[in-house]
Amino acid sequence: MAADVAELPEQGFTLPPWVREIVVPIVAFMLLVAAWEAMVHGFSVPEFILPAPSAIWTETTKIGWPVFYHTLATLRTTLLGFVASILISLPLAVAITASPLLSAAIYPLLVITQSVPKVALAPVLIIGLGANELPRVIVTFLVAFFPLVVSTTAGLLATPPELIELGRSCRASRFQEMARIRFPFAIPFVFGGLKVAIALSVVGAVVAEFVGADQGLGYLIQTSTAFFRTSVAYGAVIILGILGIVLFQVVELIERIFFPWSNSHEKMVV
Amino acid sequence: MIVLDGVAKTFRANDGSAVPALAKLSLSFRPGEFVALVGPSGCGKSTMLRLVAGLIPPTAGDISIEGSRVTEARSDTAMVFQAPTLLPWADVLTNVVFPLRIMGRYTPESEDKARELLALVGLAGFEKKSPRELSGGMQQRAAICRALLIEPRVLLMDEPFGALDALTREEMSLELLRIWSARPMTVLFVTHSISEAVLLADRVVVMSPRPGRIAEIIDVPLPRPRSFEQEGLHEFQDCAQRIRSLIFGNGGRRSGIA
Ligand SMILES: Nc1ncnc2c1ncn2[C@@H]1O[C@H](COP(=O)(O)OP(=O)(O)OP(=O)(O)O)[C@@H](O)[C@H]1O
Ligand SMILES: [Mg+2]
Repeated sequence: MAADVAELPEQGFTLPPWVREIVVPIVAFMLLVAAWEAMVHGFSVPEFILPAPSAIWTETTKIGWPVFYHTLATLRTTLLGFVASILISLPLAVAITASPLLSAAIYPLLVITQSVPKVALAPVLIIGLGANELPRVIVTFLVAFFPLVVSTTAGLLATPPELIELGRSCRASRFQEMARIRFPFAIPFVFGGLKVAIALSVVGAVVAEFVGADQGLGYLIQTSTAFFRTSVAYGAVIILGILGIVLFQVVELIERIFFPWSNSHEKMVV
Repeated sequence: MIVLDGVAKTFRANDGSAVPALAKLSLSFRPGEFVALVGPSGCGKSTMLRLVAGLIPPTAGDISIEGSRVTEARSDTAMVFQAPTLLPWADVLTNVVFPLRIMGRYTPESEDKARELLALVGLAGFEKKSPRELSGGMQQRAAICRALLIEPRVLLMDEPFGALDALTREEMSLELLRIWSARPMTVLFVTHSISEAVLLADRVVVMSPRPGRIAEIIDVPLPRPRSFEQEGLHEFQDCAQRIRSLIFGNGGRRSGIA
């Protein structure tokens, strides 16, 4: 029956891709928020247990500029910790790849730093270094750097032997081999690590602010829960989420613009 | 003069067992000579080239080029690998000038020369393309340009035309002969095609496998410049038949090597 076949496409409803990719998630999100709002009002949940989205919005915006400064403080700690992770992880990965001796010396230390719970380390560091930016950046770095070392090392070591042989046939020095063959090859791996590191940097910054800070979103969460201002705490958590998403997208944008051959989203290795 | 003196190579496989790739062999190549290497798969042709290139050390024996022992890659030796081996993140032009940059021999003229070579092998207009956007045969041609650009005195080519169709292959063979006659260099050319070996080479080294040995070295008495018309000559046919019988046993005709 040819007529039946011809009618088929009109039976199932196929949405245009932009509707599916943009409109559908937004609608789903709005439904969720609406359901939350309705549930809180319907069951008369006290605000300090679960505030309604509308309450979160009004309470958080009521604070005004200070929320913005708290966000900036967290952003600064996050970025400083992230940059520290890059500055230390990349040379560390190169050292591990370049020499079996260094690798044998460094790797156990790395594993130890990863086994120590950083949340437990934060108060210790703050006693030692004082309640300033430095211990917060160190905690952020400690939380964020490990995946970057691991994925960069993996990339440097995954360089195909043919490319290494090409380098040797051109009489490349060990430095040239690293800088012009291994490192470019590892770029997608590096970005895989950077995307994990930026997400962890936000986590590290907040953990550090819980313990020793007089500003920042972590501090805001800490103080507002202490006074049962749950709405504000929720507001801070939401801002943190947005911060994490934006920073992740920025890293991905940098990758797309400056390293178009890299496609770490296709071969994420961490 | 390239001299291989009692050279043997044994690889150590991952499981620790010894893989003899080349048995003790001695031979030499005259400067400016065009030598073809033929033999069944796995008989050690690539290994021989990598030894001469200084990329791997021999297990026994010595290799020397113009009197000096080969212990590492030389700046006057270029290799065309069996696979194109282009840097995936760099465009074609950057790939072609890569060895010059690494050797610190890059000059403003290098890029023009690279473009000329690319045009010569039919890749004009592809300079800014990524290797991904090229066919296997086009990638291999870019790799040939990369080797030629350093103006080597010794050119090692490992099945350079393997990924090309028959027509492009013939065109490239003649182009290579033209480049070789314009600028003297010693060429070691691995191929699976017997007629290609006879057409190109002054001498054909026929190898036999397990472990790799030299079965015979055949002089090709055809005059230069060579052309495909010579394929009809009985000298050409005699050479080809001789090589064929060395590889497959007397009069044998088997598939695998054309
Ligand atoms: N790195 C290596 N480790 C172990 N064995 C190797 C290595 N390289 C080559 N071999 C062995 O040496 C022998 C010769 O290899 P080679 O690549 O030189 O052959 P070939 O003549 O170039 O073959 P083909 O025509 O298929 O390219 C093979 O048996 C191969 O298994
Ligand atoms: Mg081979």
